Amino acid sequence: MYKILSKTILGPNVKAYRIEAPLIAQAAKPGQFVIIRLHERGERIPLTIADWDPQAGTITLVVQEVGKTTKEMGERYGVGDCILNVVGPLGTPSEIRRYGTVICVAGGVGIAPIYPIARALKEAGNRVIGIAGARAKELFFWLDRLKEVTDELFVTTDDGSFGRKGVVTDPLRELLAEREVDHVWAIGPAVMMKFCSLVCQQNEVPITVSLNPIMVDGSGMCGACRVEVGGETKFACVDGPEFDGTKVNWDLLLARLSAFREEEKRSLERYLGRTKEGER
Amino acid sequence: MIKPKQVPMREQDPKERIHNFDEVPYGYTPEEAMEEASRCLQCKNPPCIKACPVGIDIPGFIRKIREGDFRGAIATIKESNLLPAICGRVCPQETQCQGACVLGRKYEPVAIGRLERFAADWELEHGVELPEVGEPTGFKVAVVGSGPAGLACAADLRRMGHQVTIFEALHEPGGVLMYGIPEFRLPKRIVKAEVENLKRLGVEIVLDVVIGKTMTIDDLFEAGYDAVFVGTGAGLPRFLGIPGEGLVGVYSANEFLTRVNLMRAYRFPEYDTPIKVGKRVAVIGGGNVAMDAARTALRLGAERVLVLYRRTEKEMPARLEEIQHAKEEGVEFEFLSAPLRFLGKDGHLTGIECIRMRLGEPDESGRRRPIPIEGSNFTIPTDTAIIAVGNRPHPLVPRTTSGLRVSPRGTIVADEEGRTSREGVFAGGDIVTGAATVISAMGAGRRAAKAIDRYLREKYGGKAPEV
Repeated sequence: MYKILSKTILGPNVKAYRIEAPLIAQAAKPGQFVIIRLHERGERIPLTIADWDPQAGTITLVVQEVGKTTKEMGERYGVGDCILNVVGPLGTPSEIRRYGTVICVAGGVGIAPIYPIARALKEAGNRVIGIAGARAKELFFWLDRLKEVTDELFVTTDDGSFGRKGVVTDPLRELLAEREVDHVWAIGPAVMMKFCSLVCQQNEVPITVSLNPIMVDGSGMCGACRVEVGGETKFACVDGPEFDGTKVNWDLLLARLSAFREEEKRSLERYLGRTKEGER
Repeated sequence: MIKPKQVPMREQDPKERIHNFDEVPYGYTPEEAMEEASRCLQCKNPPCIKACPVGIDIPGFIRKIREGDFRGAIATIKESNLLPAICGRVCPQETQCQGACVLGRKYEPVAIGRLERFAADWELEHGVELPEVGEPTGFKVAVVGSGPAGLACAADLRRMGHQVTIFEALHEPGGVLMYGIPEFRLPKRIVKAEVENLKRLGVEIVLDVVIGKTMTIDDLFEAGYDAVFVGTGAGLPRFLGIPGEGLVGVYSANEFLTRVNLMRAYRFPEYDTPIKVGKRVAVIGGGNVAMDAARTALRLGAERVLVLYRRTEKEMPARLEEIQHAKEEGVEFEFLSAPLRFLGKDGHLTGIECIRMRLGEPDESGRRRPIPIEGSNFTIPTDTAIIAVGNRPHPLVPRTTSGLRVSPRGTIVADEEGRTSREGVFAGGDIVTGAATVISAMGAGRRAAKAIDRYLREKYGGKAPEV
């Protein structure tokens, strides 16, 4: 049982949870994730570790409510409640070293997982440039935190309600053209990471992306999370989740992400229907 | 006068059972068990004992069943086998004990597996007498993995008086017994009962800990464990390495079975984990896992389930009973055929291109090697494909433990008693042998328990180290 110590609303349908998980907090490194299962009938879903505190024995998860499990977590799990299972830290940690100048691109809730990576890159002596993008102003969170761990921060919104109007690839393209950049990290929706990878490939700058395929066990046992990287099958849970973005077969990833779309919809509708009736 | 045929075991009707996940065979009644037990010749030099990987006194326990002493029968079995309710259901008896039965030369062999199951089920129903736990030794042993090897090792170590903690990566203990073997073949209540007994003996079970990630073996020694047993199994699915393997609709058997068994996807949406089979399912492989996947697919509502195997029925590694059950249930077989590529549309599987095989000379496994027949390509339309061509050893512990010798196949190198190249670290089961059977893993766990006990006593002179 893993107790929720605090719960913060970060934006529409996005919440941060600080959870008691001492063993995970002691072992966590940037780029790693956990698998959680809310209750006896729950599914196992992967969530990136957005922050951790080894002394306090806590980890922070940022959850965007998109499906049944994440909605249920947002609505029914509050401070003092327990999550039945949290296992981790899983995945291979980010390769943190002194690259020189690194651009960290975050799209939407990708700001949460990129934060500890940017922090570690900064601590390793890199010049870190941040780019954060969202559809609109109210979807941003943790910009202050990201600002603390970057030397410069560029912000874009699709509708121009905050920062520059446009998408993250706009400043990325300009920065790559104007400056000496040694490495790019991009975390966000698959389509965003795909286009960041394309831009980097054109500019011959290496890019690392963090993939989020469907997972079950998260420790290499089931192969649900397999992705094609450089023509080879890799398991995102143990070989990743971070890969060279220019080598990822994005179309396959997008298809695999939609493998259970109908079932996910059915499950969510059933949950919302039951919530309406006031059942538990 | 010897009865030539085994007392049949009553089973759920195939037409009924393909619509549920309940266990297929009902098990013997006491009368049936005593009648079957009376067929045993009570050989002076029983070959069945030699053919049992853990050397159960088979004629001994069968004699007790014949006499109606069921408590005595289970006690005899448990001298050698700690998980009889499980082994009675999943052991490949026809190649082990029953394959050696003298009666089998002329008639049907004694149904040893069914009798073992009977005795074990009788005990579960009438109350398990827990074995005695030895005087506390003060030693602490960590067991990594709660599959058959880990459970057996933990039970024996505890009986020797050691303090034992099992670390399990998943949210339920049991390893392959929980995630791999379906409910209709091994009801989960039986695995849970065995785990419960272990807890009652005083074994601590810690879930959600992935050794190699959450903690390493070195961390365990630092945390005060005096020895470690690694029983992490062969949990990594093998894929075929052919085009189209990433298409939606292609599953590893591990994913397919884990969703259904561990996550209860057959009860979606009541349980949150989904599974999708479509109308036509193709299973690739000829082992027990392939049979499990095929029969599971039927129960999930598939209209046609086809097993593709590159050799013939004779070479299939699956248990005879599983093949029979699959056939009764309507699973179809396409022998001497192998997949070449998965075909798809918009990222979704639509079919499999296959090629016909013929059998050539025997290979190193002793089975005749399948050879593709050029130009014999054919296509099978299918919504789902399940790859069940075996598993590889789990790499997390080997990768993260210093001083541990690992074979080129990825197995941990260990001697007969489970000693690895690193002092205080023992290993057994599929992580050492590569994918094998429940009973051989259990046997390895028990041998390692003995070796760990001796190691601790020799190293510290029988007393726990000062804390």
